[in-house]
Amino acid sequence: MKQGIFEIRENRPLNSQVMRLHLRGDTGAITRPGQFVNIRIDGCFLRRPLSVCDWDKDSLTVVYRVVGRGTEQLSRMESGSLDLLTGLGNGFDLAPAGEKPLLIGGGLGFTPLYALAKQLIAEGKRPQVLLGFATAAQVVYEEEFKALGCAVTLCTEDGSRGLKGFVTQTMAGLDYSYFYTCGPEAMFKAVNDCTVTSGQFSFEQRMGCGFGACMGCSCETLYGVKRICKEGPVLRKEEIKWQT
Amino acid sequence: MADLSVSLCGIPLDNPVIPASGTFGYGYEFAELYDINILGTFSFKGTTREPRFGNPTPRIADCTAGLINAVGLQNPGVDKVIEEELPKLKQVFHKKVMANVSGFSVEDYVLACRKLDKCDQVGWLEVNVSCPNVHGGGMSFGTCPEAAAEVTRAVKAVCHKPVIIKLTPNVTDIVSIAKACAEAGADGLSLINTMLGMRIDLNTRRPVVANTMGGFSGPAIFPVALRMVYQVSQAVDIPVIGVGGVASAENVIEMLLAGATAVEVGAANLVNPFACRDIVQALPAAMEKYNINALKEIIGGCKHG
Repeated sequence: MKQGIFEIRENRPLNSQVMRLHLRGDTGAITRPGQFVNIRIDGCFLRRPLSVCDWDKDSLTVVYRVVGRGTEQLSRMESGSLDLLTGLGNGFDLAPAGEKPLLIGGGLGFTPLYALAKQLIAEGKRPQVLLGFATAAQVVYEEEFKALGCAVTLCTEDGSRGLKGFVTQTMAGLDYSYFYTCGPEAMFKAVNDCTVTSGQFSFEQRMGCGFGACMGCSCETLYGVKRICKEGPVLRKEEIKWQT
Repeated sequence: MADLSVSLCGIPLDNPVIPASGTFGYGYEFAELYDINILGTFSFKGTTREPRFGNPTPRIADCTAGLINAVGLQNPGVDKVIEEELPKLKQVFHKKVMANVSGFSVEDYVLACRKLDKCDQVGWLEVNVSCPNVHGGGMSFGTCPEAAAEVTRAVKAVCHKPVIIKLTPNVTDIVSIAKACAEAGADGLSLINTMLGMRIDLNTRRPVVANTMGGFSGPAIFPVALRMVYQVSQAVDIPVIGVGGVASAENVIEMLLAGATAVEVGAANLVNPFACRDIVQALPAAMEKYNINALKEIIGGCKHG
């Protein structure tokens, strides 16, 4: 983990609710896709944890939905600097990916999968991407994934774009060596139930500190208690204790 | 040269800055960020007789100038703390640590305190009496002078190290509880624990934390903590640790003037992991600004009239 000051290069809407924030600063602490940053926002006491969508040696991108006071305040910042904690969380483990991993994003869950897809391709893998959104108006990043060279399957719940239905209805017809997923927990359960393949899930939880000090985001796993911010946010399928 | 040292229950501290329990884990993780030996000491994560997972999530709610937490004393239990956490801490921290203990019966406190009292690394026992008493109808030990005194007496009977009772502010008259603990033999008091609070999510119309209510802490509670430290330190002859919303060197000085011998820093660590280091480093300049040569000389120095 590192604390650093980042300069806002761009903070612009992708649709009516979703923003993309591009920041310039020292990204040396980021080691894996699936890690997150924790951003201090004027007027908010706690930092706001956001998943890293993409990064290079001196800049990073996060894509966030404006859902509350913190993200509203962040969305109004056009320039200036932000205090970030970087390199938080474990991130995805690329080792078990196999040749043809499937990346499943539900809503904004695609964000950490973008950097993951990039790295998998750099390692010579052929990731397939399955993106699910509620409606056509909410679809973002389809073109960005395609530009990486990924095969992208898009579904919307109302059928207004791509295939109609949930990502899990499409998964059955796909051939994949492993999966990585991020999205709502209801989708996680459905994904888990519809596949025998092994994979990794990136969880979300309200956090206090984001770096393991407060135990605010703990969850029980089959291998003991884990902090989503420290031993997570990525958990392996084999360790998850599903709530019944 | 500014003298930051104070003495807490007979044990010298290089400075009065102490990360508060529950915001600093068992210390060793912060040692990856900075040399934690620059701290006076720190109070480790609230430890109980048995391991505890704590409350369901969400456990955290952001608030204006603070946060609500309902972690619920997640900890690996006293035996694992002694076997696993303290040896890890020993690698990176060479001072005495404050052992924070919680319990749900007098026997719980006695059992955990007795074990921790035998550990060389432990300097003080900080006994959190804010937990519900399962044998007393679920009411917190710390809200009743007799119950708080009973815990104090029972722990004192089995410990050789200084016993500091950490008081809850969620009472009508904290002075009467403080006095009861002092009369029962407490070597020190720390106050305040978090204030009971609540938030509701407007979208779902449900409480933000799964436990409905939780403990509110952060800069917003500093004036309340300061007031209670002021009242209690005038009423008892044992040292008081000031806790609640401390976030700067100036806050430390203010707490000492109110009567605190040392100060704990909690919520600030969660926003700035370097908060305690920054406060220690800022103290000499703040002391110079306010014409203070030695911090111990200003304890209880608030003037009247």
